[in-house]
Amino acid sequence: MIDPMIDIPSIKDRADLALIVDLVKAESRALDVGCGNGDLLATLTAVKNVDGRGLELSQAGVNACVTRGLSVIQGDADKDLSFYPDDAFDYVILSQTIQATHRPRYVLEELLRIGRHVIVSFPNFGFWKVRLFLLWQGRMPETESLNQPWYETPNIHFCTIRDFVILCEELGVHIDGAYAGKHGQSFKAITPHNQWANLLAEDAIFLLRRK
Amino acid sequence: MSENTPENGHPTATGPENGAHDASADPSSVDAYAGQIAVFSAEQPLTLECGENLSPFQIAYQTYGTLNDERSNAILICHALTGDQHVANDHPITGKPGWWTKMVGPGRPIDTDRFFVICSNVIGGCLGTTGPSAINPATGKPYGLDFPVITIRDMVRAQAMLIERLGIDSLFAVIGGSMGGMQVLQWAVTYPDKVFAAIPIATAAHHSSQNIAFHEAGRQAIMSDSDWHGGAYQDFRVRPHKGLAVARMIAHITYMSEQALQRKFGRNLQDRDAFTYGFDADFQIESYLRHQGFTFVDRFDANAYLYITRAMDYYDLRTEEEHLLADAFRGTETRFCVVSFTSDWLYPTAESRHIVNALNAVAANVSFVEIESDKGHDAFLLDEPEMFSTLSGFINSAAWQRGLTPAGEGA
Repeated sequence: MIDPMIDIPSIKDRADLALIVDLVKAESRALDVGCGNGDLLATLTAVKNVDGRGLELSQAGVNACVTRGLSVIQGDADKDLSFYPDDAFDYVILSQTIQATHRPRYVLEELLRIGRHVIVSFPNFGFWKVRLFLLWQGRMPETESLNQPWYETPNIHFCTIRDFVILCEELGVHIDGAYAGKHGQSFKAITPHNQWANLLAEDAIFLLRRK
Repeated sequence: MSENTPENGHPTATGPENGAHDASADPSSVDAYAGQIAVFSAEQPLTLECGENLSPFQIAYQTYGTLNDERSNAILICHALTGDQHVANDHPITGKPGWWTKMVGPGRPIDTDRFFVICSNVIGGCLGTTGPSAINPATGKPYGLDFPVITIRDMVRAQAMLIERLGIDSLFAVIGGSMGGMQVLQWAVTYPDKVFAAIPIATAAHHSSQNIAFHEAGRQAIMSDSDWHGGAYQDFRVRPHKGLAVARMIAHITYMSEQALQRKFGRNLQDRDAFTYGFDADFQIESYLRHQGFTFVDRFDANAYLYITRAMDYYDLRTEEEHLLADAFRGTETRFCVVSFTSDWLYPTAESRHIVNALNAVAANVSFVEIESDKGHDAFLLDEPEMFSTLSGFINSAAWQRGLTPAGEGA
């Protein structure tokens, strides 16, 4: 059943969001951390009948979400996740946000405490174009995914797929799925340790679980 | 600020010279301004938190719209300290529009074409509901200070009795700002299964030391007026106008932001080009405050002001044992939409954030919007388009979850 109050955004051109929607089980409870204007939450609510909540830093984003009928509060992933109880959600989603947090390791630990499953997507700094940009131009890379100059970007903690896998190992996290692709196009499953995936993927999506 | 600006739950009263009636001097005359009245006889006492029973008592209320066959579309609006039940109709004493006509009415966020809207005067109030100016059946004289001290929970219990009298098992939504927001939260805590959606606006989960301090200054102003007579002024056929006006002036300052005061009044002089070197109202802000004070006394009872401010001071939703707000909400299935305003320093955003954090801690369904406004605490009564759009979104979505047909569709 689809809530007619919630408009379903077009995610045709967002393969990353489409994959996240696929990964989330229907009728589950999900928290979208850094939910922006609520496109993913609205889609999860409409398509998967998910009991969805959102946390968003910008007040304009929050107000837009609430106007759409979504349950969203203003808050900061670096500070406000501590208020949520353990195992409050089936899924906690951090889409294209971890690289903008001050304490990515802490945030990831908090996500794994709050949610039984955690979905994280991020731009892969190991992507060959990023590597070549830095190598040839000697400047901070700007690509389609990373399209702001170093002094404007909110992204302060870039990582590669390999970096992320190492952090997951340190945290003792089980990787249930890893996917690589370009968020405008399509994603396919990868082996997390595969160095070619780390070279060829512009964006990565991980499905994680506490061991 | 124009004289028509609503403030804290009310359109500005007109002065006595404009034909206003002295509503609270004679308790028997108040019923004429009450709207509808529900009387609760000696068999149905209101058991108060202080341990006393209030009986008999009556509740004055207004309704708008139509209750549906399932009785599932009722919205209770809770008024603020000096508000009343006349939320969307012209005020019977002042003749001014209701205090929330921008929020409540056909096609408004609280759409009276779609919802059955109830607003009642709180226990302890002075516009038809039993309060300190009502006749004490034990003495045949007005209660005065013999009226038992009431709390926010008592107000909510009385409202619950009214809702039951109206044949409504559960409310679709409870909404209110300031003291109205306190009642909303109290409803969600006391009757969690009777509140589908709760919208506390510009409010807090307990009264702060500063909040109590401002109220105490107002109460002292009333009690130091020689016409107060220990609360028995009705026996002397006088009223403590001067004290109540000062109390109102003090409170009114807390409803406005420094920015708004500066923008509207600055240091502008009132109808003069130079200082008078005296204590006349040289400044526009002085003139404005005096007007607010002296018009307020025409429509409000001094003892009611004492009792209702006391109720707010006693209010604290945190559990007595652990002092934890989250415990008050544990297990709640109510959907919450908490609203605050950036320039509200009486119940600032931080207070709303405490409520939101507590709700998060029990994994409640909560939305939280902070509205950018320079109008201070009173912003919730004013034209704030972003408040209207976000609340419309919340209310419409909750109505769908409740199975209510959107306006203009279906039967």
